[in-house]
Amino acid sequence: MLNHYHWRGTLEAVCIPIAAIFFSLVLFGIFCALAGADPLGVYASIYKAAFGSWFSFQNTLIRASPLMLTSLCTALPAQLGLMIIGNEGAFVIGGIGAVAVGLAISSAPPTVVQLAMAISGIVCGGLWIGAVGALRYYRAVNETISSLLLNYVAIALLNHLVSGPMRDPSSLNKPSTYPIPALDMLGSIPGTRVHYGLIYGLIACAITYFLMRRTTFGFAARTIGGNIRAARIAGLPVGKLTVAICFLAGSCAGLAGMVEVAAVQGRANESLNANYGYAGILVAFVARHNPLAASLVAVLLGGILASGGILQRLHSLPDATILVFQGLVFLVVLYSESLYGRFRVFQDQSTVRRPPSVPYVPRPTSL
Amino acid sequence: MATEALGWWGVPLGIAAGTLRGSAPFLFVSLGECLTEKSGKINLGLEGTLLMGAMSAYAISYVTQSPWLGVLVAGLAGIVLGSIHAFLSLQPKVNDIAVGIAMIIFGSGVAFFFGKPFIQPVAPQLPALEFGAWSSQPQVQSALEICPLFLIGVAIAPLMQWFFQSTRWGLLIRAVGDSPDAARAMGISIFKIRLLCIITGSFLAGVGGSYLSLFYPGTWTERISGGQGLMAVALVIFARWQPMQCLYASLLFGGAQAIGPALQSVGVTSYYYLFNASPYILTLAIMIVTCSPKRTLRGAPGTLGSSH
Amino acid sequence: MNPGRSLYLPRRRVMRGVLATAAFGVTSRLWTGCTPTSESQASSSTASGKLLQIGFIYVGPKDDYGYNQAHHEGEVGVAKLSWVKTEEQASVPETTDVEEAMRNMIEQDGAKVLFPTSFGYFEHILTIAPKYPDVQFFHCGGLYQEGKHPKNVGSYFGYIDEAQYLAGIVAGHTSKTGKLGFVAAKPIPQVIRNINSFTLGARSVKPEITTQVIFTGDWSLPVKEAEAANSMADQGIDVITCHVDSPKIVMETAEKRGIFCSGYHADQAKLAPKGYLTGAEWDWTTVYTNYAEMIHSGKTLMNGGIPHIVRGGLKAGYVKLSPYGPAVSATAKKDADIAKAKFKDNSLVIYQGEIKDNTGKVVIPVGKAYKQQDRTLEQMNWLVAGVVGNA
Repeated sequence: MLNHYHWRGTLEAVCIPIAAIFFSLVLFGIFCALAGADPLGVYASIYKAAFGSWFSFQNTLIRASPLMLTSLCTALPAQLGLMIIGNEGAFVIGGIGAVAVGLAISSAPPTVVQLAMAISGIVCGGLWIGAVGALRYYRAVNETISSLLLNYVAIALLNHLVSGPMRDPSSLNKPSTYPIPALDMLGSIPGTRVHYGLIYGLIACAITYFLMRRTTFGFAARTIGGNIRAARIAGLPVGKLTVAICFLAGSCAGLAGMVEVAAVQGRANESLNANYGYAGILVAFVARHNPLAASLVAVLLGGILASGGILQRLHSLPDATILVFQGLVFLVVLYSESLYGRFRVFQDQSTVRRPPSVPYVPRPTSL
Repeated sequence: MATEALGWWGVPLGIAAGTLRGSAPFLFVSLGECLTEKSGKINLGLEGTLLMGAMSAYAISYVTQSPWLGVLVAGLAGIVLGSIHAFLSLQPKVNDIAVGIAMIIFGSGVAFFFGKPFIQPVAPQLPALEFGAWSSQPQVQSALEICPLFLIGVAIAPLMQWFFQSTRWGLLIRAVGDSPDAARAMGISIFKIRLLCIITGSFLAGVGGSYLSLFYPGTWTERISGGQGLMAVALVIFARWQPMQCLYASLLFGGAQAIGPALQSVGVTSYYYLFNASPYILTLAIMIVTCSPKRTLRGAPGTLGSSH
Repeated sequence: MNPGRSLYLPRRRVMRGVLATAAFGVTSRLWTGCTPTSESQASSSTASGKLLQIGFIYVGPKDDYGYNQAHHEGEVGVAKLSWVKTEEQASVPETTDVEEAMRNMIEQDGAKVLFPTSFGYFEHILTIAPKYPDVQFFHCGGLYQEGKHPKNVGSYFGYIDEAQYLAGIVAGHTSKTGKLGFVAAKPIPQVIRNINSFTLGARSVKPEITTQVIFTGDWSLPVKEAEAANSMADQGIDVITCHVDSPKIVMETAEKRGIFCSGYHADQAKLAPKGYLTGAEWDWTTVYTNYAEMIHSGKTLMNGGIPHIVRGGLKAGYVKLSPYGPAVSATAKKDADIAKAKFKDNSLVIYQGEIKDNTGKVVIPVGKAYKQQDRTLEQMNWLVAGVVGNA
């Protein structure tokens, strides 16, 4: 009675999300059938394209890698109670910073260059979102708006720099910066074609989780998020913690930007603005801002995105279908959040309340 | 029709014209979001609703040749998406911001999917009222061509302000948003009020979308919005949840969109990316200057963002 | 006492995610053996009559009434050949997405020929091409360099600026104020070449005519394009053309303001029934059919049968001029037709000196002429005299 394992709770945690995914697949199948495609064929294709073979799974992982890092940019400040959606801006700024440093010291040995690029990405992205946190604390500017506005500013800055001061004259029809020497680019994990960004993402999620749940720093941050007055009374340095957490958040997204530059593009150009930031926000929310769960949700989203191509090619569905699919899956999964604790079969049987059985007492009749 | 060049006068005229032309979507979406947020719920999904409204308005206008019917159907599309959003976000333990983001994706997906056959055809546009007939300059005439929908939006703003301040329904909504416990004690159904607010807000956003496709820019393509719905949600916070301030902020944004092209047409051609980002830089600057830790969240509905 | 109460929330999330993904992962291991292996055959010969699988990749939606739609129409045209099977994927961003899309087309669908149609795909083609040496990659607009780039990569493009020159002639005749407008996306050489050719064509009939150019900054920004068109009309411009992904907005705004317009990418006459003069269109069907037939007869990039750089203009049929609209005068039509005939027999060179740019500097000295195929033209970064605006 004291320490028995609540297997029903775990069962619930497994059944409900699987049922949610299953149900969203059914809804999508209905949608496809109405659009004229064969639902079962669609299911087979999605599976084949997302998880069906090692080839496809690598595709999924490649798409999931940036999402793991960018989702942390929202998940971390959420522990503080802040809602920051500036992932895209930090991503872009981190990419610019990485390219700038990579080009500046391109004659150094590759490891040094890569390390310097990573640090630059981290610092630039961190400062960008750290500014959001500082504005929030010192000027009480709403962090959602300021981070959203800074997104647009970052993209404008990217376009301006890439077509102007930092432009490579030989990049004619697609304005870009000079390319980083091929030596300095991040390679793929041996045996796969997935780049090291995946490892960075997994490590970042693990470190963040550990930081938030197992250290006093994380505990202080969560206290601020839970009850700011209590935190102040306890003497926690709210301002410093706010800026520090925002810096960390931005640095994750900035690192993702560096990975995109160093592993995929090799230079900075307008393709840096690829909506990885906004997808990361969704991942963070669906994962309830838990860094470990975020890495798994990122894989799920990566799988969905990976199946977009095959829907177009094999089933002649328009490119917008994958957006509908994404939306359906996440809406249903979010709805399933509310189903926890509603089903009796998952509740701990010993505590299920039964109405108290009252012995029959005849009512006194009047004499 | 031959016109004389205006030279540098073209810049303020261009910005004024841009304000009158471009603020309506911001206006409608921010007013709708203001209503929703006053009741304590955030609807981030209005970007998707905007697109869905634009697509459905254009489609219906093309099919029935009646643009006003298109506006109505756009509002209905907004109601449908708003109902989905309301149903999901009013469930216990569901985070309305997450639902909003998922709705952006879903709404855009549905809009693009069904909008494919309507990209090529040309649909009848909403009529314009010619307020510039007194001028002999064609530029002034065209700058003062205003759509009745814009005027309706401008009329809604003070109406909504009065509604919140002086009517019983407005008080109920504010009660639900500020203090649900007090509302419950009064016997009000929080669920119903929030449902109505979200749906009505979504209706307004759908109508705002119809303006995009049926007046200015006046066409249906997939990039017609470019984030206007999301910006309008930010506008509401910028406007401190006051409908009149939403009106002013929308005008500011509409005008700021026109700065870049207007300057280029008189020869200021460098840094155009940064000029194009001017609305955002301007808003950020204004916010930094006017916000202070002491008075920031006055006006914010108490339960915004939490999942009560 | 429930152990680890503080862990309850995260563990639930973690468990659900782990089990869901592991379930997929485990079954994928079981299924790996059953997945059909890639269908690429050793030989790339198609002369035996097997279906030639061609893949097309677009950067935007294929019904954007502009750039991507023009390519899609080309795909429809080449799909009519009985021994060709085509597949398309649209809205593929220029990141790992396109690399994965190309890989999927090759490995899952057995494509032997790929046409990634956006300029920004070039770097990604260079990454993927070496891994599939018997698949041919044809890139639209790429600057192929012999020896530097892999053998199975080729590039093609059309000299649409010839059509813009003709459109400029028509615009020059039709404009009453002597001012033309050009709504451009970005100042890259392909766009600049169009601006210059349009202006040179107009100046060949009215030497004092000017072209105002406004850069919107990106390929598809409807609000900015509408604003640009409106501010041009405010400044007294009465003929507008553009180089953006979807000219629909510019054409419709011009029609609303009552000024003339000239189209791009595809025929937009329906959008501006009164004001549409003519337009510069692609005819990708010709290009794609040529390639398909060459491949069908056994020629490839790798064996030298297909040239790595394929370019063509009005003469080759890669570009065409839209039919003249109602507002085009007879003189304009005559002049334009004469010029068109000169293009077709190679006697008209647009870029021959002396040509000054709009800062007064001489960019093409007297006596020097750059024929259309000259690679220097593909690096153009100056605006010709008469263009108001900076690159």
